[in-house]
Amino acid sequence: MYGDCYPDMETYLFYILAAVAVIGTILAITEKHPVHAIVYLVSSFFSLATIFFLLAAPLIAMFEVIIYAGAVMVLFMFVIMMLDLGRTDEAGRPVLKQWLLPILLGGIILASIGVIAAGYASAPSAPGAITVRDFALTLFRKYGVAVEIISMQLLFAVVGALYLGRRRTP
Amino acid sequence: MKILSDIAALVTGMWITWKHIFRRPVTIQYPEEKRTPYPRYRARIVLTRDPDGGERCVACQLCSGACPVDCITMQSAEDKDGRRYAEWFRINFSRCIFCGFCAEACPTLAIQMTPDFEICKRDIMDLVYEKEDLLIDGCGKSPDYNYYRHAGIGVTQPRGSGAEEKPPVDVRGLLP
Amino acid sequence: MIYDPIDIALLLGKIALVFFVILTLAAYLVFAERKVLAWIQDRKGPNRVGPFGLLQPLADLIKLLTKEDFRPIGADKWLFYLAPAMAAIPAIMIFAIVPFGAPLTLFGHTVQLQVSDLNVGLLLFMALSSVAVYGVALGGWASNSKYALLGSIRGLAQLISYELSMGLSLVPVVMLARSFRLSDIVNAQAGCWFIVYQPLAFMIFLISIAAECKRIPFDLPEAEGELVAGFHTEYSGMRFGLFFVGEYINIIVLGGLATTFFLGGWHGPFLPPAVWFSAKVLAFAFLFIWVRGTLPRLRYDQLMHFGWKILTPLALVNILVTGWWLVLRG
Repeated sequence: MYGDCYPDMETYLFYILAAVAVIGTILAITEKHPVHAIVYLVSSFFSLATIFFLLAAPLIAMFEVIIYAGAVMVLFMFVIMMLDLGRTDEAGRPVLKQWLLPILLGGIILASIGVIAAGYASAPSAPGAITVRDFALTLFRKYGVAVEIISMQLLFAVVGALYLGRRRTP
Repeated sequence: MKILSDIAALVTGMWITWKHIFRRPVTIQYPEEKRTPYPRYRARIVLTRDPDGGERCVACQLCSGACPVDCITMQSAEDKDGRRYAEWFRINFSRCIFCGFCAEACPTLAIQMTPDFEICKRDIMDLVYEKEDLLIDGCGKSPDYNYYRHAGIGVTQPRGSGAEEKPPVDVRGLLP
Repeated sequence: MIYDPIDIALLLGKIALVFFVILTLAAYLVFAERKVLAWIQDRKGPNRVGPFGLLQPLADLIKLLTKEDFRPIGADKWLFYLAPAMAAIPAIMIFAIVPFGAPLTLFGHTVQLQVSDLNVGLLLFMALSSVAVYGVALGGWASNSKYALLGSIRGLAQLISYELSMGLSLVPVVMLARSFRLSDIVNAQAGCWFIVYQPLAFMIFLISIAAECKRIPFDLPEAEGELVAGFHTEYSGMRFGLFFVGEYINIIVLGGLATTFFLGGWHGPFLPPAVWFSAKVLAFAFLFIWVRGTLPRLRYDQLMHFGWKILTPLALVNILVTGWWLVLRG
């Protein structure tokens, strides 16, 4: 290693990926066409996943791709293709009144990032890559109850979907 | 169990295709390997001659009338001895569908189908066959048929001496 | 982290080798498929270009490269141009995690015959195969053609449905090997292949990968009898070629993964490990071609019914049974 003061390849990679993620997300917000927005968002997810990988959390990186890029966004696209959305190009820009709440929330997030960055001393030394075993133990031992509750909630959703989708007998 | 019979059906199908992998292919490798078509195969049309060497065609237009795609045209003419012939005779093989109606319609068996199916040309105009391209030196499928011997008109022989023909009756000799 | 130049050179060599072998094999798989299908149908197959037609893939390549690159009016330009790459690249990338031979020793370095031995290899496979959907979906959507759109919608629905059963059928493998790392999974099968313990999971995985690479009987996204050519109807030239080759790369890669997960990877007696691995992969490729020569295409509702109501519950039950078996065995 060259020492801590010189940025190494991973730092450069981080900055490139972070730029891709931010630009991708901004384009996803401003793009009017939903399918293009999805493509931008997916590329942003990919760079996020790679950032997680660089941060020695490969499991999170893979889940990011499988769940968000591979399942959620695909379902979005499926719905967009199945539904006739009409002329999406003609959707009007939001007026100032609709901008107020997003600006407020964005301000809060930016302020909190600023506060954290101001109090930034040094990154806690990473204890090495998080293995699948550690992840599984934390999830199912430490937070086992929460996992169970969430799975119950998913079960409710499944039952609800079955109820809505059942064939009505007249 | 339905699922067992379904699996059996799948396996049967797979077994049949497996056996076919090792079977001799039925393909004929065309340009190298040609098979002889049957004599009555309907391909290139020819105009035949009678056993005496004269043209059979009498330019009656029946073939051109029977043709569903109108690919046959001709101009009829007549010799000094009363024998009709085609001044020119033209078949456009780029339109011909080789249905054989012309050969069936022909009263003199002049127009006939041959098994020669390889008539590809680079230029489509080369597929328009004129009389000299169509006419062959032979009798084709009925070697001893001569229309004028049966027709009852005095072209190749005096009237009354043709086949299955009685001499002409002198109508005046029938008077009472 | 200090990088040894020899290590880097070996890594680049492995990547080049994998690219070369996979692309050549994919081209010759097209040839093999045409040959075997011809034999099944009592024909001879391509035999004109070169001895026994062996140069046919080259002729196809030249034909595809010199064809007009056509873009329909109203097509979404960038997505139309990007989609073939989106379909082909994940397929090649998956092969990075497949171990194709026993570790070698070269220049005093131990070389894993595997481009990258990730500790989340199996999850990377799931991630990339779920991303491969985008090529199909965006290609069909960007073509601005109703056949292509119908094909891509079918492809989306089919790939999402069968990915689920594919992932669930791999859970017992992970439970037996106790690792997501593919080299660990292969080494866990040194004694006994997992197909012996998990025949049901193997069948589910086999059916799911047939659906994943859009082969008959699951070729609904490109059903030529109904949708002209499905999602790649409007593509021509090498863009079509990328979709086409991507499909065959997918067959090789998924065959390699099925070998790794269930047939013991490169383990086998007498022959060298790499030979065993390629023999197993080619056996899978032959199986796919054979099935294509035999079975008819499923109907769309049959496909969905089979995926959601039969394969997925079966895979869940299989996980449960395997879990109990592992607990009771201790």
